Amino acid sequence: MNPLKWGLIEPFYKLAIGEDRQGQVNTIIKMVGLPLVGIFFFLMLWQAAAVNINTSLGQFPGPVQTYEQFVSLQEEAQAEAVKEHKFYERQEERNARKLEKNPEAEIKVREYTGPPTFFEQIWRSLVTVMSGFILASIIAIPIGIVIGLSSNAYSAVNPLIQIFKPVSPLAWLPLVTMVVSAVYVTDDPTFDKAFLNSMFTVLLCCLWPTIINTAAGVATVTQDLKNVSQVLSLNWWTHVRKIVLPCSIPMMFTGLRISLGIAWMVLIAAEMLAQNPGLGKFVWDEFQNGSSDSLGRIMVAVIVIGIVGFFLDRGMLILQKAVSWDKSSDIR
Amino acid sequence: MSINTGRRTFLKTTALAVSVAMGSLAYAAGAYALGDPEKEDLKFGFIKLTDMAPLAIAYENGYFEDEGLYVQLEAQANWKVLLDRVIDGQLDGAHMLAGQPIAATIGYGTKAPVITPISMDLNGNAITVSNKTWKAMKPNVEMEGGKPKHPISAAALKPVVESYKDEGKAFKMGMVFPVSTHNYELRYWLAAGGLNPGYYAPHKGDSSGTLDADVLLSVTPPPQMPATMEAGTIEGYCVGEPWNQQAVFKGIGVPVISDNSIQKNNPEKVFGLREDFYEKYPNTTIRVVKAMIRAAHWLDAENNKNRPAAVKILSKPNYVGADYKVIANSMTGTFEYEKGDKRSEPDFNVFFRYNATYPYYSDAIWYMTQMRRWGQISEQKSDDWYKDMAKKVYRPDIYKQAVDELVADGTFKKSDFAAVYDTDGFRGVQDDFMDGIPYDGSKPNDYIDSMKIGLKADKQL
Repeated sequence: MNPLKWGLIEPFYKLAIGEDRQGQVNTIIKMVGLPLVGIFFFLMLWQAAAVNINTSLGQFPGPVQTYEQFVSLQEEAQAEAVKEHKFYERQEERNARKLEKNPEAEIKVREYTGPPTFFEQIWRSLVTVMSGFILASIIAIPIGIVIGLSSNAYSAVNPLIQIFKPVSPLAWLPLVTMVVSAVYVTDDPTFDKAFLNSMFTVLLCCLWPTIINTAAGVATVTQDLKNVSQVLSLNWWTHVRKIVLPCSIPMMFTGLRISLGIAWMVLIAAEMLAQNPGLGKFVWDEFQNGSSDSLGRIMVAVIVIGIVGFFLDRGMLILQKAVSWDKSSDIR
Repeated sequence: MSINTGRRTFLKTTALAVSVAMGSLAYAAGAYALGDPEKEDLKFGFIKLTDMAPLAIAYENGYFEDEGLYVQLEAQANWKVLLDRVIDGQLDGAHMLAGQPIAATIGYGTKAPVITPISMDLNGNAITVSNKTWKAMKPNVEMEGGKPKHPISAAALKPVVESYKDEGKAFKMGMVFPVSTHNYELRYWLAAGGLNPGYYAPHKGDSSGTLDADVLLSVTPPPQMPATMEAGTIEGYCVGEPWNQQAVFKGIGVPVISDNSIQKNNPEKVFGLREDFYEKYPNTTIRVVKAMIRAAHWLDAENNKNRPAAVKILSKPNYVGADYKVIANSMTGTFEYEKGDKRSEPDFNVFFRYNATYPYYSDAIWYMTQMRRWGQISEQKSDDWYKDMAKKVYRPDIYKQAVDELVADGTFKKSDFAAVYDTDGFRGVQDDFMDGIPYDGSKPNDYIDSMKIGLKADKQL
């Protein structure tokens, strides 16, 4: 891994050491300049449109108002951190007094009870989407491999996949909510129910693209390789490990990437609908607040959701490129 | 005979004296009469309305922490979700519509034993109509010094509804939940003005409440009211604050009457929790009530001087979240009707005055009379049934324990709680309804029969 070879740094480095100046400048313009031009025109259009949209909550927020709300969200988070600090101080005092009165008293340190800040909501959504996605992958990949290997298993399972695949995971949400409430009954829960509801909803939408793509990847193992495996008389497990898995990994990652993209979209919607903590709830709460800041804050959330989604996708893309054999193929 | 009576009285007095002495002995030890809370981490739900204020204040002013409670407050999407989450234990308690614990206990909707040890406020609602409807009904409103004369009767709306009927269209209005105060208030107002808001018939599976209706009422969650009216789905609504003032600020509607004018100082929200929660965690429950009484007192203290501070807290996005000026309009003693027509309403929201926190049985019974009136209770019940049900749901006994604690630890004087120490739980005859019909909580059936519009006696649809 040579950092100087990384796409973003390479042209600047080459420009600095004076290698193919004109070429590097062109690359930089294409890589940095054109996107900036695009973003600039978008901001102009946004501003122009915003001043012409008057809602009953005031003017539609333009880039400036959105930025102001972002700053105010940051300030709120800082204020909340101060309150949190004081909360722990008071708690310590109270616990100390309790111990003074009764040295055997049971002391517990409690989490801050205040409202989650915007940034905590982002984190919460990320944790939820990744938990659901990883759990779904653990279930979907083995199923994909099995049905990819055996055409009989494929015939048996395929109708189910075809029926469940188009179901919006949001249609599952009421069922998931009721089942989790009924089944997950403990006095001291490790996970709260809202988290499980969101996570299982994400899981249900992450399964299908991964299963289908894994199965397709497994099915593309060429006859030559299968023959090799037979000639070497590899047992079933070694055959899967040495031949099938390496061959199907690129396709598998294609499925995973689609899954993660869908998962992120679904999560936000699920959070809005079920009022589960996270960015979706933030948007819905702001909509309900109906304050003059609300639209600006929703806009901040929209942009953050987009950026997070973008980074999730880039992350998967890097993984996909890393495991793909055909380095010449243009994956984007 | 006379000796006997004398002896009995003597015995009674002695017993009373002993128990009082023992009581004060227990309190002599200071505030420690009440044990530690059995459960310290609590999660309470609320709906984005200004009358959730006692919860926010008890949290922000540290009253919950003073009781050793670590409380999380969480806004809920709508009243149904809130009730379900209390019943299935995701929430330990919640800011509730007074009708919710009652309906849950008698089994209208989800059946579950839900109780209330404290009432959260009086008044706080209003009925708002869209600009279009206001324009149509204004000519029928009596004027006084260039401004509409209040309270405005639904009689002014009647011709508008009839014109809709003539065009074959339905006149639709919104309320927040089938057993909400708002539903009953809107119905009361409409019926007092000669309009039938329709009946429920749960025994026939009809839960829409629109049988024989002149005006169709439907459910919309409070914060969505202005948006729903703006979209033209409903022509008006009855909701708590700040969603009436929001309509004025947005310029989409005009409040026509506040609920204080429908019934003076009517009971509004309550704090609801499961009965088994109280049985399992009695100290916790009493401590919660203590903290909320302190919060209510703070909200009304010294002629509402803390209200601006309260509004600032409520306007935070995690509580009500509407703009300061919108919430302040009703919370600081004024209310704006038609834009610019700002009137003084010092009692628009009452949290402590007039025994606002005491859970009167007669309040519970009034709600049940309205449930019977509109068919939610489908058959006639005896007066005793109403009383038994009220006693199951409303728990002044828990409230009294909390007050005793607060008096014992010196936070309050006994005289602050006149209602607690000399009431049988009934307010006595109330004759402050806009249609002048008096209500006597001890005779619910007579009251139901005295209504002009509504089911009577043994009538079943």
